[in-house]
Amino acid sequence: MSGAQGFEILVDGRPVPVEPGQTLGAALHAAGIRTWRTTRFGGRPRGLFCGIGVCFDCLITVNGTANLRACLTEAHPGDEVTTS
Amino acid sequence: MTDHDAEPYDLAVVGAGPAGLAAAGVAARAGLRVALLDAGPRIGGQYLRRPARPDPPPRGAPAAMLARLRDALGDARVLLGHRVWAVEPGPDGDGFAVHCLTGREERARTIVATRLLIATGAYDRVLPFPGWDLPGVMTAGGVQALLKGDLVVAGRRVVVAGTGPFLLPVAASLAAAGTTVAGVFEAGGRLALAPQALVRPGKAVEALGYGCRLLRHRVPYKGGRAVVAAHGDGGGLTHVTVAKVDAHWRPRPGGHETVECDTLAVGYGFTPQLDLPAQLGCAMAADAVGGPVVRVDRRMRTSVAGVYAAGETTGVGGADLAEIEGVIAGRAVVADTMDMPAAGASMDIRVRVRRLRLAGFARALLRAYPVRDGWMSWLRDDTLVCRCEEVPYGRLKEARDLGASDARSIKLLARPGMGRCQGRICGEAVARLAGAGPAPLRRPIAQPVRLGDLAEMDERTPDDDT
Ligand SMILES: Cc1cc2nc3c(=O)[nH]c(=O)nc-3n(C[C@H](O)[C@H](O)[C@H](O)COP(=O)(O)OP(=O)(O)OC[C@H]3O[C@@H](n4cnc5c(N)ncnc54)[C@H](O)[C@@H]3O)c2cc1C
Ligand code: FES
Repeated sequence: MSGAQGFEILVDGRPVPVEPGQTLGAALHAAGIRTWRTTRFGGRPRGLFCGIGVCFDCLITVNGTANLRACLTEAHPGDEVTTS
Repeated sequence: MTDHDAEPYDLAVVGAGPAGLAAAGVAARAGLRVALLDAGPRIGGQYLRRPARPDPPPRGAPAAMLARLRDALGDARVLLGHRVWAVEPGPDGDGFAVHCLTGREERARTIVATRLLIATGAYDRVLPFPGWDLPGVMTAGGVQALLKGDLVVAGRRVVVAGTGPFLLPVAASLAAAGTTVAGVFEAGGRLALAPQALVRPGKAVEALGYGCRLLRHRVPYKGGRAVVAAHGDGGGLTHVTVAKVDAHWRPRPGGHETVECDTLAVGYGFTPQLDLPAQLGCAMAADAVGGPVVRVDRRMRTSVAGVYAAGETTGVGGADLAEIEGVIAGRAVVADTMDMPAAGASMDIRVRVRRLRLAGFARALLRAYPVRDGWMSWLRDDTLVCRCEEVPYGRLKEARDLGASDARSIKLLARPGMGRCQGRICGEAVARLAGAGPAPLRRPIAQPVRLGDLAEMDERTPDDDT
């Protein structure tokens, strides 16, 4: 992929590269970050599963807003993701 | 604002896949005011998914289909990033209110239309097995969507498993993208598709093409084998257990092998996305293998007046069938709007014949790749059945022992399917474990929302998006 201008977002303060149009889930997954939250009871790690907004496994906190689906949410320059 | 943007629309289409695109184009070109809504950032749906800025420009059948459908959209108003979470009959019993959440802020917006077409497609059917919630286990469709929409290969060493013809294109695109596909494991028969070649030779050639590509990349494709457990360490998936299974999908003694991988793409066919028609009370029917679908007449009208359904909501059958159904639905909406039933009745016979042929092929495919009950023997007591509420199989069994004999009472006792996904992922498995068929679950809302939005439901947001 080339041509379009890539950018970075911050994940727990660490820069992660993004290709324009990529979702937060895709950008994190591509950077080797496969989980960004844990479950309520068992503390099990969760990341992408269904990839299309159905399973709610991929919930993510961006710029302080919690519970967005990472697989549906397009990454924007300057986004700050916090994992738990 | 042009006339075409004025509400109420004559038709609101939910879902911009092949079915919704085709229907919206037909209706808009006939002069109807059409709103086409989709949750995604681009039109196309699943099959026609593409990256934001494809470079080089995509070629091949999907790209040509997308270009054709996009060029035929006429003056239809395309509203992307609109997640429809509820639909209800309009205030005076006339038309429909389509409630959406838009953007990251989840701003509420309501679209009003006289008629409604539901073309929300389908999603991967998954079955629980030990380790299926480890990071690195994804649905086959999800892996494909990640590659097609975001140009991200899900892993370095991927196992593809489940059942159905979709496993082949997933494995082929991964291999073509340069990743190692450690194996494709089909729980059913590897050659289940063969008899269908007589019905639709074109599709058989396509399947053969995928097969050749897999051979070229030295990807083993084995039938009668299932991933019965996934294993990992703190860092996620490390390997899977592949078992030889009998015709009922019960593991054969001694037929286990371990395959190393960092990613598993698993899918057991697709399930129609039925939230919206269920909300509206549309009558359901059973597909060729007993799965729930929206019941439609020959012109794609549901049991609720003014509501139409097309594409995989009426049965899983692929993009070509979805497009044809969209065309038929679009023409029916036009005829009904202009009160010209005859125009709809004399609908192009070739379109009807094509639909019948494609639907026949789809039924044959469903029958060739059914889900067999043996998967239940893969479960252990600590295997999560419901990923959201973290309900293990053991707790479901306790509920059953306490006398819960159907999916509903199991749900009340053990609470599977009560989490955020509202049973979309585990609902069918729970129903099957309860001894029932894959019955549709009643779900009040299509997407979980904040309570404030529910309170605001009556206050219509003006159509301020120009
Ligand atoms: C994840 C996935 C990947 C797939 N990949 C392929 C593939 O690569 N090749 C292939 O041949 N087939 C693929 N399929 C099969 C695919 O379902 C059909 O080929 C075809 O796309 C069905 O067309 P459709 O018009 O019925 O629905 P779809 O193409 O599924 O389109 C439905 C649209 O509705 C939208 N939608 C759903 N619910 C809502 C809502 N509540 N609010 C707003 N919008 C909504 C979705 O965003 C989607 O864009 C895939 C299926 C899935 C689930
Ligand atoms: S991965 Fe399933 S909702 Fe995002």
